[in-house]
Amino acid sequence: MTVLTVPMAETAPAGITRRTRVLTRLRRNPLAVVSFVVLALAAVVALLSPWIAPYSVEQTDFAHTFSPPGTPGHLLGTDDLGRDVLSRIMLGARASLQVGLLAVATSLVIGVPLGLAAGYFRAWDAVISRFTDLLLAFPFLIMAVGLAAIRGASLGNAAVAIGIAQIPGVIRVVRSDTLRLKSLDFVAAAVVDGASDLWVLARHILPNATSVILVQATVAIPAAILGEAVLSFLGLGIQPPAPSLGTMLATAQQFSARAPWAAVLPGVVIMGLALAFNVFGDALRDALDPKGDRR
Amino acid sequence: MLRYLLTRAWQSALTLLLSTVVVFLGVRALPGDPALALAGEDRSPEALAAIRHHYGLDQPLPLQFAQYVERMAQGDFGESIRTGIPVSSMLSTALPVTAELSVLAILIAAVLGVGAGVLAAVRRGRPAEWLANGLALVGLSVPHFWLGLLAILYLSVATGLFPASGFVPFLDDPLDNLHHVVLPAVILGTGLAAIIMRQTRSAMLESLSSDYVRTAKAKGLRPRAVITQHALRNSLIVVVTIVGLQLGGLISGAVVTEQIFGLPGFGKMTIDAVFQRDYPVIQAVVLLTATAYIVINFLVDLLYSVIDPRIRVTGDPA
Repeated sequence: MTVLTVPMAETAPAGITRRTRVLTRLRRNPLAVVSFVVLALAAVVALLSPWIAPYSVEQTDFAHTFSPPGTPGHLLGTDDLGRDVLSRIMLGARASLQVGLLAVATSLVIGVPLGLAAGYFRAWDAVISRFTDLLLAFPFLIMAVGLAAIRGASLGNAAVAIGIAQIPGVIRVVRSDTLRLKSLDFVAAAVVDGASDLWVLARHILPNATSVILVQATVAIPAAILGEAVLSFLGLGIQPPAPSLGTMLATAQQFSARAPWAAVLPGVVIMGLALAFNVFGDALRDALDPKGDRR
Repeated sequence: MLRYLLTRAWQSALTLLLSTVVVFLGVRALPGDPALALAGEDRSPEALAAIRHHYGLDQPLPLQFAQYVERMAQGDFGESIRTGIPVSSMLSTALPVTAELSVLAILIAAVLGVGAGVLAAVRRGRPAEWLANGLALVGLSVPHFWLGLLAILYLSVATGLFPASGFVPFLDDPLDNLHHVVLPAVILGTGLAAIIMRQTRSAMLESLSSDYVRTAKAKGLRPRAVITQHALRNSLIVVVTIVGLQLGGLISGAVVTEQIFGLPGFGKMTIDAVFQRDYPVIQAVVLLTATAYIVINFLVDLLYSVIDPRIRVTGDPA
C-alpha cells in the first residue's frame, strides 16, 4: 500500500511523529495487519496473474466442462466452456482491482479540486453544491445504463460510471476538511504572509487533507469493486470472454442446475476483497483519529 | 423554517432542470441519426428533411429542449421501439413492483439496522458488539446480488420455502405477493441495514455519553427507559438520513435484485431496454430515476424539519 509513502503535513512540525504514531497504531491492531496482508497478497496475485495463472483464461476444453473443484489439473474445476476456474478467478480479481483503482482515481481527480474549491472559496460553494446534487440524482447503475447506451458496455465505462458516482462523496469530505483547515492559525499566517490562494491550497490545505482523502479512498475502492461485479453480472461491465468475477456469477446463475458450486467462489473472492478493504479502512480511520484510542 | 423550505425547493427545482438538460443532451449523444432510423426504406434527403421537420429535429436546440420538457411533464415518454407499447403504460405496471420491494427493504433494514446498532452500543465491548460489528462489515462487503443467487440456489430451489422467481400482484393475492417479495426485500435490505447499524451505533454511543442521558440516569430512570425514550429517539433521524443518502444505492440495488428474482419491475425493464437498445425506455428510466431521487430527497428534508426541531431553527441539517 501507498500508506507508507504519503507525505503527511509538511507544514506541521509534528508530521513525522504523527506518521509514526499512526503506523504504530495500525501495527498494534490485529485486524489491520490481517487485512493488510490479505490486500498485499491479492495485489501480488493480481499483478502477476497473467504469468502465474495455471492456464490461459480463454483456453477452452469442451471435453471437460463443469469439472467440479478438486479435479486433477484444475484445482477449482472448469466452467461451461471447460476453462480453468482458478485462472479466471485470478484474472477476474485483477480486473476487479483495476476497476476499483480506476474508479477511485477518477473520483479523486475530479472530486478533490472541487472539494478544495467548495471549501475555500465561498462563491464556488453554491455552484459546486448544485453540481453535487446533479451527480447524486444519477445512481451509478443508472449512470452505467446511460453510458452503456451511448458508448457501449466496457470495463472503462463501468469504471467511469462508478467513479463519477463517487465524486459527491469525495467533494463532501474534502470540502468539510478544507473548511476546518481554513480556520486554523497556520493557514491564516500563510495568508497574512502574502501567499496566493493556490499556494495555500496546494501547500497547506491539500497535504493536511490527505488523511481524510486516504480514508475516503479505502472505503470507495470496495464499493467500486462491488459496483464492477454488479455491472459485469448484468452485462454492463467487462464483456465476455474477458474474465470478470461478476460475469462468472452470471454464468453460474445460468447453469445453476448443473454446477451449483460455481456460484460460490467468485462471490467469496469479491466479498474477501471488499471486506479486506473495509476492515483496513476502519482501522486506518481509527488510527488517524486525533482523539486517540477510542477503542 | 419557511426560508429553509423555500431554499430547498428552489435548489431541488434547479437540480431537476439540470438533470433534464443532461438527459436531453444524452439522448442527442446516442449513436445513430434518429431521422435515419425513422425513415425506413425512403432515405432520400427530402424524406429525411421532412422527418426532421415533423419531429422538430430541425428546430434550434433550446426550442427542442422546451418541447421536450413539455412532453416529459405530460408523461409522454414516447413508445418502446421494440414493442410499440407507450413507455408510460410500461412504467405504470413496473413502478408499483419496485416501490413495494424498496419500501419493504427499507423497513427490514431499519428494524435490523437500528436493532443491531442499539445492541452494539449498549453491549459495548461484549461479544454482542463484536458480532454486530462483524455482521455489519460483512453486510457492507458482500455483493448482494450474490447473496440473492445463493438464496435462490440454497433456499428456494433446495427447500422450496420461497419461490425462486416471479411475481403476483398484491391485489390479486396479498399473501402470495408477500411470499414472492419477502426474500428479495431481505436481500436488498441487508446492505442498507449494515449502513444504518453503523450509524445508529455511533449515534447511540454519542448520546449515551451525553449530558441529558446522564441526567436521565441520575434521576433514577430505568436503563431500558433511558435507551428507548431518549437515546433511541435520535435513531429515527439516522434512518431518515441514511435512506436519503443511500437512495441512489437502493435504486441500483433494486435493479439488480429484480433481475435476479425475475420481478417485473423498473429494474428489469431498464436492463431489458439496454440490451434491446430501446432508447425511449432508457431515457424515461434515467429521467424518472433522477426525478424520483430529487423529489424523495426534498421530502426527506421536509421530514427532517418535522423530526428534528434544531433544523427548523437553524435552517441547517445537523
